[in-house]
Amino acid sequence: MPTMTQPIQRLAPGVIKCAAFVLGQAAVGGRQEAQGPLGPKFAETFGRAELGEDCWEMAETHLQQAAMRHALRAANRRAADLHFGGDLLNQCSATNFTMREMQFPVAGLYSACATFAESLALAALAAASGAAECVSACVSSHFCAAEKQFRFPLEYGGQPTPASQRTATAAGAVILGPEGSSGHAKITHAIFGRVVDMGIKDANEMGAAMAPAALDTLKRFLDATHTMPGDYDMILTGDLGAVGSALLLKLARRELGLELSGVHRDCGMLLYHAGEQDVGVGGSGAGCSAAVVCAEILPALQSGSLRAVLLLGTGALLSAISPLQGETIPAICHGVRLTRA
Amino acid sequence: MQTSREDYKKMVKKATPPSAHVQHWILSFLVGGAICALGQGIRLLCEAQKVDEETIRIIVPCALVALSALLTALGLFDKIGKFAGAGSAVPITGFANSIVSSAMEHRCEGLVLGVGANMFKLAGPVLAYGTAVCTIYGLLYLIFQ
Repeated sequence: MPTMTQPIQRLAPGVIKCAAFVLGQAAVGGRQEAQGPLGPKFAETFGRAELGEDCWEMAETHLQQAAMRHALRAANRRAADLHFGGDLLNQCSATNFTMREMQFPVAGLYSACATFAESLALAALAAASGAAECVSACVSSHFCAAEKQFRFPLEYGGQPTPASQRTATAAGAVILGPEGSSGHAKITHAIFGRVVDMGIKDANEMGAAMAPAALDTLKRFLDATHTMPGDYDMILTGDLGAVGSALLLKLARRELGLELSGVHRDCGMLLYHAGEQDVGVGGSGAGCSAAVVCAEILPALQSGSLRAVLLLGTGALLSAISPLQGETIPAICHGVRLTRA
Repeated sequence: MQTSREDYKKMVKKATPPSAHVQHWILSFLVGGAICALGQGIRLLCEAQKVDEETIRIIVPCALVALSALLTALGLFDKIGKFAGAGSAVPITGFANSIVSSAMEHRCEGLVLGVGANMFKLAGPVLAYGTAVCTIYGLLYLIFQ
């Protein structure tokens, strides 16, 4: 029996109860991602970083197009009423070039690595409110494109710092609708983050910059919903990496008196084989949480092996020039609560 | 947050894995030394061929730059750099790598505004301040010689 739309309800500033159903999803990834633990769960993987394109930016566009194609097929849809998309490139290039082909009405987003959670939150609200009958969300990142834009040329012979993370070459796409049936994954809450800055200056310490933002959003959500970490099968942060994850657990103990170690997982540490693959302290990039959620978490909710997941996507909101101008790194954490309908 | 920025800074320092300094020093010493030995080898080879001193001083750096550019183009230099750190970055090889890698990265934006405008993005500071220091040194030499 189809479950009907519930009205949208404001629980606290930025914490919104809603009901939107996941009609289909897909994740695509590059070679390193295919070699990771989620490899077999990708809808498509690409052996070469170029993906047959002339430049990294178009290669990332190619990733988004593939993810969208597979997700639409999984949802048995041909088009969406509304699309929320984002990536790490200047001017959201990959999203805009993808939508140049697809011609869906689109809103481009940027919250760094929190863009996927942000796109899901907005898409869920659009679907649940009746503003759109079918909403798509797609987010990507590409290791080579991100290195070019934020760090050094790919062939430059530098050494990564010990706390650095690897930007995932991956994209994830989700198709949402206002109605679904039991067995579908469902978004029940959207949470929008506040910009938090604890004074981290080193652009290589993204995990440390983002952990306080994750804590802030987690606290606001638990307070607004009167729930505890034990009410979730998983509290999933979007790429804090090993360093940021350790800091979040410490902060949660210190600030909230909560023990998260049993329930917390991090997308950056689920995408790759830690220790075996050369990825620093874990994966990062907007495509990292998109790929992990689409390849692993949504299917687990659909199969019933997970029942309630709180996704907290974290993003470091620095620009390529703001650290050079002496600015500290602001961070944000957007989230959605996912359940099985 | 109750935790102050200072306290958080301490927490971050404790949670961040330290750089493997000793390992980096040893590897950069060995690889840097090997590159210098290679340069010396080219010099000895030239001397054996009775090449004059002036020409040798041109050949040795040019050979190292060409080799570094070739390894960069083949996608091997970044792997050496990851392993060797300053060992391959500090000699003239690192300078060549920074120019060639920037040029490669921007080739799809065209030869003028892509390759031409970006190839000195990393090497530019070295050129600018290197020239400035040389000018000051030259002036001091002129005055006090």
